Amino acid sequence: MDSRKGTHVVTFLGQVVDWFTNPANWQGTNGIPHRVEEHVVMSVAVVIAAILVAVPPSLALGHVRRFGALAINISNIGRAIPSFAVLVLSVYVIGIGAKPAFICLFVLAIPPLVTNSYVGMAEVDPEIREAARGMGMTAWQSVRRVELPVALPVVLAGIRTAAVQVVATATLAAIVAWGGLGRYIIDGLAQQDSVKVFAGALLVAVLAILTELALALVQRLVVSAGLTHRHPGKNEPFVGAATTADAT
Amino acid sequence: MLAIIKEPWVRWDWIGSHTQLILTAVREHVELTLIAVGVGLLIAAPLALLIRRWRWMQSPVLSLTGVLYTIPSLALLALLVPWTGLTRTTAEIALVSYTLLILVRNIVAGLDGVPAEVREAAEGMGYSRSSQLLHVELPLAMPVIVAGIRIAVVTTIGLVTVTALIGQGGLGRLINDGLNLGFRTEIVVGSVLSVLLATVADLTLVAVQRVATPWTRAKARTS
Repeated sequence: MDSRKGTHVVTFLGQVVDWFTNPANWQGTNGIPHRVEEHVVMSVAVVIAAILVAVPPSLALGHVRRFGALAINISNIGRAIPSFAVLVLSVYVIGIGAKPAFICLFVLAIPPLVTNSYVGMAEVDPEIREAARGMGMTAWQSVRRVELPVALPVVLAGIRTAAVQVVATATLAAIVAWGGLGRYIIDGLAQQDSVKVFAGALLVAVLAILTELALALVQRLVVSAGLTHRHPGKNEPFVGAATTADAT
Repeated sequence: MLAIIKEPWVRWDWIGSHTQLILTAVREHVELTLIAVGVGLLIAAPLALLIRRWRWMQSPVLSLTGVLYTIPSLALLALLVPWTGLTRTTAEIALVSYTLLILVRNIVAGLDGVPAEVREAAEGMGYSRSSQLLHVELPLAMPVIVAGIRIAVVTTIGLVTVTALIGQGGLGRLINDGLNLGFRTEIVVGSVLSVLLATVADLTLVAVQRVATPWTRAKARTS
């Protein structure tokens, strides 16, 4: 019994290896390079658009400490809204293809960016601000040279959360008839082709983990050395606001 | 000529005639969530205590649960299907793995936040290690732990909908069926109830915490 199960596992993994080494899976619209490209291009476009729209106003609000409750609660609200439901509903509101995929992913990327940009700015120690002003900096200089660098780790943590979430949710976007790596999983499930499902899942998992690692590296390189001892990155507790992260 | 009947977003008559179906979906959704967070706590609590005992374990445990947390839900489900099939077990394994990082991190942070004086006082009063943990440290850590449970519960309720793609899913099944049949009412009902469930669960946990830790309110009043 056990040994039969063992051979089954080996056979299955062999089939997965065959799938990856099959040249047919490396060509054309449904080939791995094209699907990876779609997934990455979509994710990068969404994250950049969301950063441009969400981060500057949230930083400004954090600086003046206004609308804090809204900025903090938006990620709690975002967490309660299932991305699966958003995607399915968008089929009826927007249609199918790349457009609903982009809009859904964009909407889902906003909350962690808003919350972390706001919190990062609002939590800059007032004494640091006063010290900057006391040294003769103008308000703008204080923002640019002191407050932004101090807020940066939290802002970057938000970008990292948003990016990983976008890469993950882009997988689900296959259900609105968009491409990306989710295609293999959704099609594989429909065709009861477990090898394709498994191979697609491996690709998605690797892409998500690479995204996480790449942005963690960026965070380490960009954050001022003077701050790293109180690095509010991944090891802070989840308290609903300070650093947000969502599984998707 | 057939007139194209514009299907409304919500057909109330369908809801009226399918209350049983809807209630079953809600119950299944709640069950999937409770099992996931319950099992998550059973795994996370000992992991957190191990970290408190041996600090070097913090990095490997958080890295491992962090990797699990990073894998997209649909991918994790798909990775499990060849081994455990299109079953509830598959759904639960995935759902549990998403709760671990949140729960471990918050339990550790909550216990770390207990002031050293309190610990010393408890020791001085003759509390044994285990009763000190149970009667002194745990209650004081409760607000941070509950904050973690709230996030785990709300996240899980959202993720349960995805498990509809492997034939589970509670309210997600309504959403998925509605998508396949092109029937909007079912999608709207599934989505709205899922958000509602998350909100009710969150508010319930806030209320439970307020009742269970009255001293946090007293502190808020005096400061």
